Amino acid sequence: MSRKFLMGNEAMGMGALAAGVNCVSGYPGTPSSEVLETVAAGNPGDIHVEWSVNEKAGLEVAAGAAMSGGRALVTMKQVGLNVASDPLMSLAYVGIKGGMVVLVADDPGPISSQTEQDTRTFAMYSKLPCFDPSTVQEAYEMMIEAFSLSEKYSTPVIMRPTTRVCHGYSTVDIADREEYAVHRPDGFVRDPGWVIFPPLAYRAHDMIEPRNEKIGDEFSSGNRNCVVLPDGDRAETGIVSGGISWTYVREAVECDETIKAASPALMKISTPFPFPEKAAVDFLKRVDRVLCVEELDPFIERQLLQICGKYGLGTVIEGKLTHMVRHAGENTRDSVRNDIRRFLGAEEVSRREISLTTEGVPSRPPVLCAGCPHRAAFYSVKVAMKGQKTVFCGDIGCYTLGNAQPLDMVDTCLCMGAGVNQAQGIYHMEPDRKCFAFVGDSTFFASAVTGVMNSVYNGGNMTLVVLDNSTTAMTGHQPHPGTGRTMMGETGHRIDLVKVLEGIGLDAVETADPLNLTEAVETVRRVSDIRGTKAIIFKSPCIARSRNEDRLHVTEDRCKGCRRCVDELGCPALGFTEGKAYIDGSSCNGCGLCSQVCPFGAFASEKEGSL
Amino acid sequence: MSMNILLCGVGGQGIVLASRVIAAAAMNRGERVLSAETIGMAQKGGSVFSHVRIGEDAMSPMISLGEADLILGFEPAETVRMLPYLREGGKVVVCEDPVMPASASLLGEEYTGAGMVERIKSVTGEVISVKGRDRCADLGSAKVLNLVMLGEAVRSGGLGFTMDEVRDAVKERVKPEFLQLNLRALESEENI
Repeated sequence: MSRKFLMGNEAMGMGALAAGVNCVSGYPGTPSSEVLETVAAGNPGDIHVEWSVNEKAGLEVAAGAAMSGGRALVTMKQVGLNVASDPLMSLAYVGIKGGMVVLVADDPGPISSQTEQDTRTFAMYSKLPCFDPSTVQEAYEMMIEAFSLSEKYSTPVIMRPTTRVCHGYSTVDIADREEYAVHRPDGFVRDPGWVIFPPLAYRAHDMIEPRNEKIGDEFSSGNRNCVVLPDGDRAETGIVSGGISWTYVREAVECDETIKAASPALMKISTPFPFPEKAAVDFLKRVDRVLCVEELDPFIERQLLQICGKYGLGTVIEGKLTHMVRHAGENTRDSVRNDIRRFLGAEEVSRREISLTTEGVPSRPPVLCAGCPHRAAFYSVKVAMKGQKTVFCGDIGCYTLGNAQPLDMVDTCLCMGAGVNQAQGIYHMEPDRKCFAFVGDSTFFASAVTGVMNSVYNGGNMTLVVLDNSTTAMTGHQPHPGTGRTMMGETGHRIDLVKVLEGIGLDAVETADPLNLTEAVETVRRVSDIRGTKAIIFKSPCIARSRNEDRLHVTEDRCKGCRRCVDELGCPALGFTEGKAYIDGSSCNGCGLCSQVCPFGAFASEKEGSL
Repeated sequence: MSMNILLCGVGGQGIVLASRVIAAAAMNRGERVLSAETIGMAQKGGSVFSHVRIGEDAMSPMISLGEADLILGFEPAETVRMLPYLREGGKVVVCEDPVMPASASLLGEEYTGAGMVERIKSVTGEVISVKGRDRCADLGSAKVLNLVMLGEAVRSGGLGFTMDEVRDAVKERVKPEFLQLNLRALESEENI
């Protein structure tokens, strides 16, 4: 055992290593990405680690590995599970042989996601056991327990951490390499049970429900779901919680004298599905009123209500469904403290006086980086299409930030790969509108390529703009099929985006450098006038990966103060003060876009002088 | 009682490394550390924070309103934004040079560092204002603001670690090729 300071995702990666994992796949997505990267970094060489093309591919690779007796882990964020849900729903019926953990990171807030969906609810829907860690240490230990439970019941198990556990850091005790379990896959064995047919699905369903009751009983008697009762083992009030909210509840009870004085009974739900029903019944019988403190769905609350109904218990269950607690958003220690105070009938606490000092501080939304080639690509399309009837369908990635002023170039954003199909739908309703779809290179391979085929096949008339920066930038620069690099370190096969598009048979495929504004604008005008499905690949590396050593500055006497650079580009390195534009030298990455926009030649390069 | 340190600023200012150095210094003392920070979309030039909690009684990685013993602010407006987290009598060490949000330039919502520092002083008397940009220029690198700020936090007494402890932690956490520059930044002082 060693004591380390680890991020929750690192700890879960270390847990998988300690459990002797044989195959790890996944698709990047905040807040889940670091788990797979930790395994790759600690790979002694005999674990297959891959960033799959998308979550569905990743889950199916893991299923194959687990059917061969390997211990398999697949990682994704919550919306990634939507992509992987087709294989997962069936796999729940078919089952596995080696242990298989499906790690799905939820994002209350949401901080970096499209939805506030709750994977605990998905676990119930797919009938799969689910672990919900509340600390980094627990996340580490549960990873190992999840593999054991998976093998014991031959079923995939869902591990559902949330952002503050994934990206929280903590001092943790973890196994040393010599202590790792060694697990050798015994190989695939032919069996009719691997082939899902309606009769098999019926038999599996008939078996799964009683099995889940049994697992629920096992969870009831295990030590992960714990109860803290005041003296006398009875309480007027109780709080049931899980995940990171459990730590907020514990601190509120410790730090707030009013809450402490009420000495509520506490119950922690670490295994939300199958719900530890017996333990919950025992708890509810000892408490008159219960507050459920949880993020996302009122999952625990619904389970407790169901149990009260089933067992005829009179305990009052309060939470989101009784409007005691708000439905949306992330819990904080302060929100939880006030939720509990409200539940207890005490006045809420605030820091209103100090909050006044923060009024009027300008907000700081995320922006495309200074020098980001996506800014140039969006701008060239904007210039080329000025005055025309257009729609700009966006997608998921850094380039979603192209929606911000002043670019304002993202009219739609739905989910990975949706933009290219939405553009077709809009065209079919409005044939006189010029429809564009912007997609990044990683997203293209993950799920936009089917949309391109759909457009070619079904007579779409739209321009696909691939923002090819040769990386998966938003989630931390993971490689993808177009890069030729894999997580095994070897140089894999690079899939050529242009050849893929040419193979599909588009009406035009052109490549342009977005940082050459004149060329980029001309390309957009030319290609968008061609009828049918056509693509422009704006190729330029991510500025965070290939920094340009050049910096620009403003030659003051040339700047006429027209504000065109500031008002058109929204570059974070550009500012305006005392009637003149200026460049923050420490932020500028020397892309030169501003110099191509300035009508007065006021920008000079440090390397090349006046531009 | 746990020691609660809140670092804040703008994505790309090196807050995560500074937070890691503090955690390493605490770990070297045998203390338990919890931490949480902004990761993901907000890192792209948005507001970022890192909470660091040191001590056995902390359970969650998050600092509560009115609980921070020290706010180490790398940007003055971001520091004002975090003031509700400061405990009564808590200290603020703040870099006085603004990093203007792109949207503020666009909307004409520019502010001054001095104005933001005044707001901080209206809340607490324990404010140390640092000329971060000049200090970095003297050191010849815009990338060492984090170590300059850490050095000031040590000297303020609000960090709870000695210069020796932080120096050792920096040696553990910083890549060898950048170590000398970072140590010079840590030990540099404000010209008065």
